[in-house]
Parts: sequence; structure tokens; C-alpha cells
Amino acid sequence: MPGSDTVGLKAYGAYVPRLRLSRKAIAEANAWFNPAIKGLAKGERAICNWDEDSLTMGVEAARDCLTPARLDGGAATIAAVHFASTTLPFGDRQNAGILATALNFGENVATMDFTASQRAGTSGLLNALRSAKAGDTAGDTLFVAADKRRTQASGPQELQFGDAAAAFTVGGSGGGVIAAYLGGHQLSTDFIDHYRGGDSKYDYNWEERWIRDEGYFKIAPRAIAAALAEAGLDAGAVDRFIMPALIRGVPQKVAALAGIRAEAVRDTLQAQLGEAGTAHPLVMLADCLQEAAPGETILVVGWGQGCDALLFRTTDALASLPPRQGVKGWLARRREETNYNRYLSFNDLLEQDRGIRAELDAPTALSALYRNRDMVLGFVGGKCRICGTVQYPKTRACVSPNCGAFNSQDPHPFAEIPAKVQSWTADNLTYSPDPPAHFGMVVFDEGGRLMADMTDVAPGEVAVGMPVRMVFRRRAVDDKRGFIKYFWKATPDHTAGETTGGSE
Amino acid sequence: MARGIKDKVAILGMGCSKFGERWDMNAEDLIVEAVEECLEDAGIERSRIDAAWFSTAIEEQHVGKSGVPLAVSLRLPYIPVTRVENYCASGTESFRGACYAVASGAADIALAVGVEKLKDTGYGGLPQRMRGAVADMYWPNASAPGSFAQLATAYSAKHGVDPGELKTAMARVSVKSHANGAKNPKAHLRREIDIDTVLNAPMVAEPLGLFDCCGVSDGSAAAIVTTPEIAKSLGKADDLVTVKALQLAVSNGQEASHNSWDGSYFMTTRRAAERAYKEADIRRPRDEVSMFEVHDCFSITELVTMEDLYLSEEGTAWKDILDGFYDADGKIPCQIDGGLKCFGHPIGASGLRMLYEMYLQFHGRAGARQLDDPKIGLTHNLGGFPHQNVSSVSIVGRYDA
Repeated sequence: MPGSDTVGLKAYGAYVPRLRLSRKAIAEANAWFNPAIKGLAKGERAICNWDEDSLTMGVEAARDCLTPARLDGGAATIAAVHFASTTLPFGDRQNAGILATALNFGENVATMDFTASQRAGTSGLLNALRSAKAGDTAGDTLFVAADKRRTQASGPQELQFGDAAAAFTVGGSGGGVIAAYLGGHQLSTDFIDHYRGGDSKYDYNWEERWIRDEGYFKIAPRAIAAALAEAGLDAGAVDRFIMPALIRGVPQKVAALAGIRAEAVRDTLQAQLGEAGTAHPLVMLADCLQEAAPGETILVVGWGQGCDALLFRTTDALASLPPRQGVKGWLARRREETNYNRYLSFNDLLEQDRGIRAELDAPTALSALYRNRDMVLGFVGGKCRICGTVQYPKTRACVSPNCGAFNSQDPHPFAEIPAKVQSWTADNLTYSPDPPAHFGMVVFDEGGRLMADMTDVAPGEVAVGMPVRMVFRRRAVDDKRGFIKYFWKATPDHTAGETTGGSE
Repeated sequence: MARGIKDKVAILGMGCSKFGERWDMNAEDLIVEAVEECLEDAGIERSRIDAAWFSTAIEEQHVGKSGVPLAVSLRLPYIPVTRVENYCASGTESFRGACYAVASGAADIALAVGVEKLKDTGYGGLPQRMRGAVADMYWPNASAPGSFAQLATAYSAKHGVDPGELKTAMARVSVKSHANGAKNPKAHLRREIDIDTVLNAPMVAEPLGLFDCCGVSDGSAAAIVTTPEIAKSLGKADDLVTVKALQLAVSNGQEASHNSWDGSYFMTTRRAAERAYKEADIRRPRDEVSMFEVHDCFSITELVTMEDLYLSEEGTAWKDILDGFYDADGKIPCQIDGGLKCFGHPIGASGLRMLYEMYLQFHGRAGARQLDDPKIGLTHNLGGFPHQNVSSVSIVGRYDA
């Protein structure tokens, strides 16, 4: 494919977990030890449910981005799946590969993980844009970024961080670019405002005043200037300035230093979400695109041992992009969590007596997982060629009582099929990290059913007939072997946002 | 349909250990407790047994695999011993194997023994197990009450029964079984309870509370079977109890994967019951069967089973239950021995335990629980989950009935 002048973003998507931890709850539990966090005790931060991580959030953001392409085969144009995160669930098992399998992209797709810097998100996106511009990619790239950074109890990061994901399809030439890539720059310098050792769970941070004065204020304007120069733009042309930073006033001051209008500076979503690590500039970009008009110039800054700056201009195609949840939709799908102990438990920050039932040792047979990877990770069932019955799992013999044919089923993906609850329970006996365990018979509108775990539900919320959608989640974690078992679960299908509060 | 084995096999003797938390007993000890009684009742020596069937379901918790544990426990003289497992129908499966051996002529006298030692886990409820390499990747981590509780939500939705009313009817099931169990010296739980105790009990799996769930017990039960002719030759001429029907239906995945099942009943039990009534030549079970021992692992299981056995019309069992129809003094006594609920549920022994009560009742040896002249009895086991299970229906009765 020849190089294309018009490359850029062709679609955006996002994901924010349903649970929002009240910062007041964090401060109430910890201010006795660290009174300084009282000043941060406003608003809420997004937190993963126990069964969510960067990968599961990434899958959701990708599904949101591909809306409604996956249902009509449009995803066939995806030639590469790239995943950026500093909290990859696996250190050596390609996470982008799991993502691509979960999304049923098949084997002939280029997969790659970007990690080890808060700049992984913007650098990875820049890489995909430059590949598209050079014509190096046979089709579009699905670029996904997600982070779920762990923090120690009582520190300011516990209040400031949030969990979220963003996704974009990147390409060109075929039309449909909603935000054209105008130019960008990468500035690399080993400025260590914080670091996380290879075997460490948590960040180690240096003094904010040094980070601000010697880092942000001196480094970021240079990267921005270089990006503007490459795009041939004046700083005054920037309509939207996207720059995450936890130190108060930094984006505003950097904008001023770079000559960008003050009103262009975007809100960092700190009040509702928190900062989602390497995904955050891209979460902010997805949020911006959801309200931007055609013809707006957007500057995205990524920070971490240097600085990335990327320039886009929205096109007329943005207006005709099919509606999606986006950051705003997911933020509206919200449930307040005020139980700080539950947050600690979900994040392995609490030594709990989980009982003998939690001891069940269930290793995963990797050979069996490989054989059944489409069924388990991709949630692919079968459709009988003879009688048309849709069924899960796909087996050698058709389940229809009027058929029973052998070897008659073609693969049939289930993940996007709407479903309803036929029967359910809330089980207090079985071990669950968040009891009671909800599960039930989920019946798919096109046929087929599954006795399925349910997630993101509160006691009293589930009812027979309730519409559900399937989501990719952690089924269990094999702590003994460091293995995470992923599968699909049913969750209430909130087509409309919910705003009710109250702790689960 | 095959001709069946009606009246081809007679029960020569039965035995049953005390069920309960038998902290002082290994599974092997429980086997001997049941079989000693069984041999004495049959009036024969071990050496007369031609073949044996041995049922356990969670053998990894106690005796381990194969027929060897039974042969060793009883020092059987190198005869064939077949170990069977079919979820909670395992006990009935050992009985079925022994009966088929006698009916076929392969054995003159056969032994069926079931045992389970469940109380060595360190926690309440059934032992947890691996479900296999593939099932573990997509099955919910459901407890048994969690699986069966869903019958209640589906039943309420289908029949428009208010969940509160259904919960009351379910509670009534347990109150009745506790009243019966209190009269049974071998039962695990022997305390009468009132309906408020059931309704106010801690929730195990919505809507099943603690008293909607059967006991998890240690225990063993045994039967010796032979032909009616041999039984007579051994001096058992009077009041012989014979097998009228043994049927089993096993899910083929339709409930789990095909949308023709609504989750409110057992497809298997209906099939097994239809076949069993035919084999036993019973046309009106509500009038012809004197007593029932059904698989009341949970109150809701018993409730829907009364419909699946064609005793109550679909959608009405909860009313019959509230009316006392299945009480000890009702039209059709059900769980007269206390049922799984109170006699307890050592899985591999349960099917044989139900037959043991039938056998005692026919012989007038049921003590305070004795019914007035029962002629036909039905036992039922249900193993697995509502959406994927095995269901057995056995009918026994007086030889002359």
C-alpha cells in the first residue's frame, strides 16, 4: 500500500469500570496516618472490579471502538492489534495476542505490546500513525491502551489514580478518517519523576516541585514546539490541548509556555475518573472526540521519560461515526463504592481469611486451553449447518433434539449477541472474591444459552428476563502459578446510563 | 419398550448405618455397619454373594477408586465388585446393577452397597472438586445450592407464583421432613422445626436458606437381592418386597445448551417417571403409589419433583404442599424417613437409604413412622445440576401388589 497523506484515527472507543471509589472513603480511612491526603478527598476514582484488569478493560474499549463493526464483519480490515499498558497481566505471554483472540481476529494479525513507560500509550499510537503514513500496514491498526496501576494504602496516588482504557482504529487511504494525523514528535530523556522496578508492585516518586519546574516546564514545551513545526502549525491553531498531569496547574502552565490558548486546555477527568496511567492521554482524546466538531485541531501530550506530542484535526467523518459509549457513556454507567476495605481486598492489599473453600487448587491445562482458545477466550460457539441451531459450546454433535448431526457446526461468535436471564441465584456458599457469587442461565436472542457467571451486579439487581451483555473478565486467578483464567460473564445491559449511588 | 424387570428381583435383606457426622468412623467402618445389618436381615453368609456393586460419588474424599475398598472392607471372597458413580443417583445405580445381574441370571444373589464419608473436609456443605480441564474454563464456580436455587426463580417466573409464597411452600417442605426425621433414630437431623425457623435462616443461595438445604452426612446403606424363587427357598415366603421398575434418564445437554428448556423443572425426571410407571404398570401414580422418597437435596427440588413425578399438576405442587398433601398424615406421605433433608445425604448411599425405608415400611418395621399398609413405593434420585443431571426413578412394592 502506498503512503497516504490522509491517515489518522478512524474510530475511538473507551472503557471505564462501573465502580467509583469515593475519595472521601479513602481519606476517612487513611487521613489519621497521612493528613495531607485530605486535600485530595473530593470526587471519585474509577476502580476495577475484582475480575477486571488492563486486558479486560482493553477488550471492552476495543469493542466500543469497533461499534458496530464486529457485528457486520467490518473488523476484517484490522491487520494489527497493539496494546499499551504498564500493568500488563502477563510479563511473558503476549497480552495483545490475548486481546486479539478475545476479539476473534484470527491468526493473521500483527500483535504487539507497548509498555514500561507512561508514554507507552502515545508512543504506540504515534508508531501506528507513522506506519500507516508510510504505508507499512496492510490494513488498519487497532490500538488499545489501558492501565490499572497499583498503589500503596495511604499515599496520594491511591486517590489520584484511576482505572480506564481507550482504543482507536488507525489507518488511512480508505477514507473514514475522523481525526487526521497532522504531525508529531517524540522527545526522549531519562527524567525519572517516578519509576517502578521490574519486580515492584508500586511506583517510587521524587519531589513534585522538581518534576514540575525541571521536568514538565522545560521538556514538554520543546516536544510541543517540534510537533507543531512538523505539522506546520502555529500554537494558536490548537483548539484542544490534552495533557494529563497530577500536579496542579501544570497543563495550564505548559500551554502558556507553548503559546497555546488557555481555553484550549482540556479537563483531566480527575474529578470523575482519576488518572489512568499510560492510557490517560488517549482516554482524554477519546473523551474529546466524543464532543468535538469537525475541523478542530487537537494536541495530545504524553509524558514519561520524555514527552510525546501528537496533532490531529477532526474531519467531517466524525459527525457520521455511529454512536458509542465512549468515555461519557461509561462514566455515566456508575456505581459508587464507599467500602474502602472492599477496594483493598480487590487489589490484594488486605490479608483476608478466605476460608478453606478458597483453597481449591485448579491449574489450567495449557494444552486444553489452546485447543479451546476460540471457545474460551473468543466466546465462539457453533451453528449447525443442517438445522441452523445456534449453540454453545460448539461440540461434535448438534444439541437440537430434532437434529443431533455429527460434525455439522460452523464457528459462531456469541459475544455480541444480546441475551436475557432465565434463572439466577446469589450464592453465599461458593467462594467468590465478592460474595455472593451471582450466576444463572443466560439465554441468547439468536439461540444458545450458557450457565454463566454474572459480574458488576449488586444484590437485588438481577431479575428473570433482565437483558444482559457478555463481557470478557477474569474467571479466577491461579495464585500458585501466577496464571489468570479469562472467560466471559454476563452483566446488566445498561443501554442508558445509570446515576444511582449507594454502596453495593 | 423393553419388557422390564417387574417382579423378577426380590429384596432379600437391607441394612443402613446411622447417618450423620460420624467423626469416629472411616468409610470402611460405615460399610461394615450397614452390611452387617443387611446380612443378618437376609439371613445369609457373605459367601453366598455372587457379585457386588459399590457406589460412591466423591471417592477422592475417602475410599478412593475401584471396587477394592468394598472387597477389602468386607473381605469378600474374590468375587466381582463393580464400583459405580452417577452423581447423587450413585446409590440407586449400585442397586440397579445388582438387580440386573439377578434378573439376567448372571448372579443368584447380589449385593449393593453405597457409602460416602463427607465430613472430612473441614467445612460445611459438599466437598469442592475439580470439574475437569475444559469445564473448569467456562463453568461458574457454583455450589450445589446455587445451582438448584435457580429452579425457584424460574418456577416463580413461569407460573406467576409470588417468590414469597413459593418460599413459604418451600419452608413447609422442610418443616414436614423435620417432623418425620425426628421420629427416625438413624436420621442425621432429629429436631422438629417451625416455619419461621426456615424462613428466617441465613441465606445460602438466594432464595435457599440454611433450612432449605439437606444435611451433608456420613453414612452407608446396603441391599441384598435375589430372585423371588430363591428368596422363598431361603424361607422368605411372606411379604416379599420386589422391584417393580428401575429407570434412569440422563441429560444430553439439551437443558444446558438448547433453548427448549425453561429452567423450572427436570426434563430427566419426567422421562424416567414415565418409563418407570410403564414398567411397573402404574397409570394413576397419585392414587396407586403409597409413599415417596424423592431427592430433596433442596426444598425447591422436592417441590418441582412432585410435579415431574406427575403427582401434582404443573404449577400446583406448592399448593399441595401447603395443603399438607405430602405430610405423614396426608394423602401421599413423602420423605417419611426424614428425607435427604433430615436422614442426611451421604451421596453414594442415599438411593439405597430411600429403598431401606420402603423396605422397612412394607415389612411393618418403621416404628413411629409406620404407615398404614403401604403397597407401592417410589424412590427418586437427582444428581448434578438442574441444567445437566441424572435422574433415577425406582418403584418397589409387595410381591403380591
